[in-house]
Order: sequence, then C-alpha cells, then structure tokens
Amino acid sequence: MESGVFEKANFRITGDCGLLVEYGEAIDPAVNQKVRSMAIVMQNNMPGGVIEIIPTYRSILIYYDPLITKPSILKETLTDLESSLSEIEIPPPKVVEIPVCYGGACGPDIEHVAQSHNLTPQEVIHLHSEPEYLIYMVGFTPGFPFLGGLPEVLHTPRLKTPRTQVPKGSVGIANGQTGVYPIASPGGWQLIGKTPIRLFAPERSNPFLYQAGDRIRFKPISSRDYQRLSDMEVK
Amino acid sequence: MDTFLVLTPGPFTTVQDKGRFGYQHMGIPVSGVLDSFACRVANFLVGNPEGHAVLENTIIGPQLAVLRETDIALTGAEMDAKLNYKPIESWKTIRVKSGDVLTFQPVKSGCRGYLAVSGGIKVPEVMGSMSTYVGGKIGGYGGRPLKKGDIVGRCNGSLLDVPRYLPEKWIPRYPDKINLRTVAGPQDDHFDEGLTTLFQSEFLVTPKADRMGYRLQGTPIKHRENVPQSIISEPTMPGGIQVPADGQPIILLVEQTVGGYTKIATVISTDIPNIAQAVPGDLVKFEDVTLEKAHRIYSDHEKQIKAIAEAIAGP
Repeated sequence: MESGVFEKANFRITGDCGLLVEYGEAIDPAVNQKVRSMAIVMQNNMPGGVIEIIPTYRSILIYYDPLITKPSILKETLTDLESSLSEIEIPPPKVVEIPVCYGGACGPDIEHVAQSHNLTPQEVIHLHSEPEYLIYMVGFTPGFPFLGGLPEVLHTPRLKTPRTQVPKGSVGIANGQTGVYPIASPGGWQLIGKTPIRLFAPERSNPFLYQAGDRIRFKPISSRDYQRLSDMEVK
Repeated sequence: MDTFLVLTPGPFTTVQDKGRFGYQHMGIPVSGVLDSFACRVANFLVGNPEGHAVLENTIIGPQLAVLRETDIALTGAEMDAKLNYKPIESWKTIRVKSGDVLTFQPVKSGCRGYLAVSGGIKVPEVMGSMSTYVGGKIGGYGGRPLKKGDIVGRCNGSLLDVPRYLPEKWIPRYPDKINLRTVAGPQDDHFDEGLTTLFQSEFLVTPKADRMGYRLQGTPIKHRENVPQSIISEPTMPGGIQVPADGQPIILLVEQTVGGYTKIATVISTDIPNIAQAVPGDLVKFEDVTLEKAHRIYSDHEKQIKAIAEAIAGP
C-alpha cells in the first residue's frame, strides 16, 4: 500500500450525528484516491441511516441519523466496504477542461505573479495551463475546487489585503494552491485569469461540472472567445 | 398565493426550511432554520409538516401588511408582536386577514423568531430546499434577506377549524446564561488542560455571531504543546467548537462546510437551538456528555417532539 495511506482507517466522533473517517494525514494523491474510492463505494452502498457523506483531502465525514444507526455499526460496515475495495471497479476520474482568459482585466494579478518569479505573463499562462490538476476537495463556496499540482515556480503568497469581492469565474493562486471562484465572494488569492463558463448552475439538474477526485485542465482562450462563451452562457 | 407585503424587512429576515441536504461535498452548506425546535412547533401549530419553510427573524421582526387570510404562528425569540398595533401572543395560532398589519419590537428574550403560515412560505426550491444561503446567493428571495416591497407567498394549506397553542410546560425560556452539552472531539486529542478550560470556565457571546458561527471570548483554550494548531481542511459539522491559535472558541453553525482549525468538542444537536437564541453579552457554559448519553438525549427529544405534535393537533 502507498506510504501515506493509513493501514487502518482512523475514526473520530464528531458530535451526536457525525463520524469522521481519516485515511491518511497528508495532502497526498494516494490518500485522496483512497478517499475518492471509499466515497464512491459508500454512495453506491449507502449504509442505513446515513444522510450524507462529505469527502475532503484525506477524510470523509459521515452524517447519520442516531435513531437509525450509530458509530459502532458504521465502523463495521466501513471496514467491510474497505476490504471489498479491491474487487470493485472504481470508474476513472473525469477530466474537465475549463477555458480561461488569462491576464488583462480577467487576471489583474498576473503581472505581479510573473514579476515575483522572473517570468513573463506568457510563461505563467503556459505553466499554469499545462498540468492536469487533482481536485482534492470542493468547498468554501458552492463548487470551489481546491486543486493540487501547481508547478512550484508559480507558488505565490496570498494578497496582503484580501479583496472584498472577487468576480465570479476568477482563477487564482495562493501559495501552492490554485482554484476557481464559482461565485463572486471575498477572497485573497492572486487572480491570473477568468473563465466564462458557469461552474455553479443551481437551476440545472446537475449544478456542477466536477466533483472531488476529478481532474481539471485549464485551456487558455482569447478575450474574444471569452466574450463569445460568456454570451452563450447567458443564453 | 400572495400573503404579505413587506413594509420593513427587519435587519436580517430570511426564508428557511429544514435545510438543504446532499450537497455539502460540493460546498453547499445545509443552511435551514437555526432553531429547529421553534420551527417545528410553529409548523405543527398551523397544521404543516415540521420542515416547511418559515420566516426566520433576527433581533427585530419585519413589518408585514397582510394580503390574504391565513393562520400564523410565532415562535422562538420574544419580539412583542402586534396585530393592528394590539399585542398578540407567541406559541399559538392567530388568524390574520387582508388589511391587517403585523409588527414586531426589538427582541426581549432570545435572538431568532419564527413565523409560520398555513401551507408554508412559498419560494422556488433550489436544489431541494427553499432555505436562503446568503453566502451562496441561493434560496429564499434570490439568495438574499427580505427587503421592503417583497411579496411573501404561501403554498396551499387549509385554515384551522379551531385555534391551536403549545401547552405552557413546553414553551422554552431563553436565559442569558446558556448551558451547552457537548461530545468531545473530533480533535479532543489535540488538547489536555484546554479541555479543563473549556468545561470549567464561562465564555461571552461576542457581536461576531451569525448563521456561520458564534465567536466566543474567555480564558484562552490552549492546544497541547507540539501539536499543530491548524489541520488539513476537513468537513465541519454544525455545533463544532473550533479553537484557532488565539484560543478563543467559535461555535460553527449551518453555513459552513469545511475548515482547517481543530475542533475540541461538538455541541449536541438538541442544544443548537440554545446557542441560536443567544445574543452578544450572554454567557455560555459547556458540559461534557458521553456519546451514549447524547444519543439518549436525542431520542428522548424526538419522543418529546412527537408528544408535542400530538398535543397540538388535539383529539
């Protein structure tokens, strides 16, 4: 088994309706892969009395109804599910391409990011749009993806003073993390671009394009394409 | 069915129901009423299922002009409600008619008042719930609190044949000293003497208190030496007591899904209404209970809710 993954899951009591299950203690693709597999297996075989499960970097919170089940039963069920993992085929993660207009009005901090690493904005765009990023977790605001795999040369501290309003669709960098703001919200990440597509569409039957465990690739687009795609989104 | 015209909205009046479940893994918190007891009773009174949408009023209720006949029930915080400028009582049903005006005074005890109507408040459902989530700009009235000029509608629901009331013995009081029962964890192992501080001292409710969480102030809760004060971000639970580096605890509520601070203990779900009714200046004391006891309290509480529903409905 991979080094970062616990041999045995670690359970933590979280109030009278929650059980936290930890599969490792680091931000590690192997641990997150285990979280994703267990989340999929649980979704497909939801133990009785479980209301909702929330997978994150390295752990899953299970929300349960204490009138129906309790942690001792859940622990047993989870241990059984875990041992059956090897026999279950886990579907491969989705790769979602997100078009991004970098720099200019869309990415007001790209010059700063470029200068702090002695790069040109063009090099920042190239470096940022090359990797396939792992979505470790979704949270903070609806659909906000916490992505791993930002090239080290782009690691840039947060803004000293966070913005009170970051525009919807902004793509940002904070230290070793990168992500996209699906709705306008306060935020302190360095903004390098913006996507014209809606990452959170509550009126759709599936309001999201991805979930934790999937992968994201950013595709640079021109400002003309940005305009064209955002006009299409409005319709 | 247009039922009320909002004359003044109050500082923070939102539509809430039992909550939006199934999307926390996508960053959508449950939202929903903070005081589930008051909401359930208000709905029982007007003859609705317990989780129907209600108005949650904070500190001061709205002023509403009635556009259509309905039964209403006011529960939760005491805000000296008046109908056509004459006092009306909480925890019982009142028939209101077109042309009536419903007003409230600033809160006298508690923090959040609830208004239920026959059939339930009606707004479009977003992802299975009518609850307003202001941070995500969804639910209720376009994801925002009520404002002047809004028309509040209700779903179809029959009016009552006889008025209903909650028997006195079940009406909660909202003292300014609040006891919150908690279960240790999820990160109680990051603390040793901090646990003693948590359970032996009192904490003041600060003005930084909203639907995301209540910031408290008191003797700093110390982490154990050599343990990290922040952790890899993980899911949060309403009731979780976060301890940031400064040792001043924050009780998390219904508008947060993930966080990277350690949680020393978690308030049990039946006591969330007690903190939801706290106002700045109140004092909070924490009590440690075992998980087994917490589950007994939970099941006793649900039995009591059943008994209340039956008593209200009458023979």
